[in-house]
Amino acid sequence: MTSTNAPVLDIQNLTVDFDTPTGTIAAVRGVDMHVGAGETVAIVGESGSGKSQAMMAAMGLLAANGRAGGRVTYDGADLLNLPLAKLNTLRGRKITMIFQEPMTSLDPLYTIGRQLAEPMVVHGGLSWKAAKTRALELLKLVNIPDPDRKIKAYPYEMSGGQRQRVMIAMALANDPDVLIADEPTTALDVTTQAQILQLLADLQKRLGMAVMFITHDLGIVRRIADRVYVMKSGDVVESGETDRIFTSPEHPYTRMLLDAEPTGAKPPVPAASPPLLEAQKVGVAFSVDAGLFKPRHELKAVDGVSFALRRGQTLGIVGESGSGKSTLGRAVLNLLPATGRVVYNGDVISGKSRAHMQALRRHLQLVFQDPFGSLSPRLTVGQIVSEGLLVHEPQLSAADRDARACQALEEVALDPAMRNRYPHEFSGGQRQRIAIARTMVLKPDLVVLDEPTSALDRTIQKQIVELLRDLQAAHELTYLFISHDLAVVRALADTVMVMKQGKVIEAGPTDVIFQSPRDDYTRELIGAAMLTQSQMMATG
Amino acid sequence: MTRYVLGRLLGAIPTIFLIVTISFFLIRIAPGGPFDLERPLEAKVMENLNKIYHLDEPLWQQYLLYLKSVAQLDFGPSFYFRDFTINELFAQSLPISIQLGLTALCLALVVGGTLGVVAALRQNQPTDYTVMAAATLGVTIPNFVVAPILTLVLGVWLGWLPVGGWNGGAFVNVILPVVTLALPQIAVVARLTRGSMIEALRSNHVRTARAYGLSTYMVVVVHALRGAILPVVSYLGPAAAALLTGSVVVETIFGIPGIGRYFVQGALNRDYTLVMGTVVVVACFVILFNLIVDLLYALLDPRVRYD
Repeated sequence: MTSTNAPVLDIQNLTVDFDTPTGTIAAVRGVDMHVGAGETVAIVGESGSGKSQAMMAAMGLLAANGRAGGRVTYDGADLLNLPLAKLNTLRGRKITMIFQEPMTSLDPLYTIGRQLAEPMVVHGGLSWKAAKTRALELLKLVNIPDPDRKIKAYPYEMSGGQRQRVMIAMALANDPDVLIADEPTTALDVTTQAQILQLLADLQKRLGMAVMFITHDLGIVRRIADRVYVMKSGDVVESGETDRIFTSPEHPYTRMLLDAEPTGAKPPVPAASPPLLEAQKVGVAFSVDAGLFKPRHELKAVDGVSFALRRGQTLGIVGESGSGKSTLGRAVLNLLPATGRVVYNGDVISGKSRAHMQALRRHLQLVFQDPFGSLSPRLTVGQIVSEGLLVHEPQLSAADRDARACQALEEVALDPAMRNRYPHEFSGGQRQRIAIARTMVLKPDLVVLDEPTSALDRTIQKQIVELLRDLQAAHELTYLFISHDLAVVRALADTVMVMKQGKVIEAGPTDVIFQSPRDDYTRELIGAAMLTQSQMMATG
Repeated sequence: MTRYVLGRLLGAIPTIFLIVTISFFLIRIAPGGPFDLERPLEAKVMENLNKIYHLDEPLWQQYLLYLKSVAQLDFGPSFYFRDFTINELFAQSLPISIQLGLTALCLALVVGGTLGVVAALRQNQPTDYTVMAAATLGVTIPNFVVAPILTLVLGVWLGWLPVGGWNGGAFVNVILPVVTLALPQIAVVARLTRGSMIEALRSNHVRTARAYGLSTYMVVVVHALRGAILPVVSYLGPAAAALLTGSVVVETIFGIPGIGRYFVQGALNRDYTLVMGTVVVVACFVILFNLIVDLLYALLDPRVRYD
């Protein structure tokens, strides 16, 4: 495929401005992009780079306070100045779009069949009956299992991956010329992501449409794109053939993005290091549907999981959503009723009362995935960080607590002068640092890190990975690192445990698991993660 | 579904039983009785009256007697309107109140809903501010102020509409009381609709609908409004129960023979059976409309299931 054929969609000097009470914000500052028939173009950038807003503007989907300027030409018409009725003859027919949020992009109140049929009835002039028949064909095309039944299903009855397939089916319904995919796989598990990407590639080959693919994941770009636009703060800073961008990036920002893939490996702990945590046959079961006339049905979220950790080690727990990895992390800390035995530092903690756990809690800490939801918006950062000291070191004076908070903030590379601010004034990466400082202030032994980097951009992710590494080395911390991101686990863990449906599929030293996985599922996960060669082979 | 409805209706029986019990003893605690007039009756007459109405029996026996008759849907004789039973009184007045309330409810839903949608589509524009300012006025001005003003302007000065009376429910007689009843409801419905509609218009699935070139009607009505109407529906349940069981103020001002007046008259005259009857009727309406709301919810939102 070449980039020299005439562009189907041509974006010239596109600007997007948002009017806010505090002034106008320029989200996109005059970008030029184009895509030719049969070509796949990737737009790469971190959150806030304007990559999504540029596409929203082209589709006339900006929020009410947004204004677009420049030209977006399709088939001789400028999309930005088209009257709504005219634009509606192109949107959903010639130019279609898939969104980042498969869980919410479909109307929860209508069946899949009806939503698939709607654009065909509106644009293709089909009767509802004919459109439903075609919808069934489309569901088969995107490999939805049991399409005859699923066509009558509501979105809530389907998984995220299936909903995204439905969105793809909807995008293809009217045989479009241009498909805009806005991070279509970001919210999905890695294996699902791999399937969706494969499906898109197959369909593109078969139907010959142009694809504009917005993503922050360079692994995907390398795999699917012909050309790349790199966006930063509303500008395209670099563009070119994918190979060229990856082999000889010109702009420092592009180089930084490429370097942001987590690399390296963890040095092993000395053999004499004492055991810190041992879990034996830990199990957690939830009862589902304990109705009046229904028998109690047990869902085994965690099923007989055992592992042992020595001081200073990191155990990476890997698995897709619903595999029970987060539940395991909470069960180990005795935050959930669980069966089995957990020994911490020679002390059996499973099944112990709150009062008994209270004294141990300071040694057993937890960092959560969502840096936006896990910090109280009504406390200052200083209060958040020092709150644990109120419980565990009540003898400290307010001044001492403040000093300890400053120390903890310095340790996570935040300016202690910012401790009087509130969480909303910080970025996602900074908030995650605050959450880490909150645990560090108590000088813990064991920290359960529940997807601490998943909500962050790659460059920020790398900084957090470095931070966790440094803290571990400085304080001999032991980590239970829960993640679905194999690149990060590869860089941080001594041993890896792969979980599926509550069970451990495979466990072993990180190098062994990554280089010679025994189980098919592990192989599938690693393949789907699209690690680079250097990441695969990385050694400490 | 039928099973669910039956279950809910059966579940209402203990609720009503509790309500009857509590209100039966509450009204008896209030000092005075139905036959205590300013000039006391002769002792003999009083004794006879008490005997006829079983008021001379122990309280618990009266209670059991009342429970028995309520179970047979007989609310007993009125102590104050001596020639009528409560059933007869309600048979005349309840349909009038229901007709008024239902009309006002429909008016509130249509007008309030439309205003809310229009305001949401023009968020933070003059139309939006005007509608919301009017809605705030509608909520804050009490109906005993609205009613006389409307009567004065449309009835007395302009002479377009009758100032009062029911006249068998003639259209012109219904307009003023219905509008008075509906105004605050219109305001509340408009506010609720606007709020949930703004949220719905921002939601991802509405963005999908727009991205696929659906017409404004399809986007607004089919995809946004259906979800946005849910909070309005849950408000309308209790509101409908209140409207349909009559309004003391509106019925008094416009001289309408509805059930609303009986609340006050029954309580003031210690007309025990009348008070009890109105309490039971209101309780039934509240229970019924909550059930209707839950069923409507299931109809509108497939994620809600009762089985």
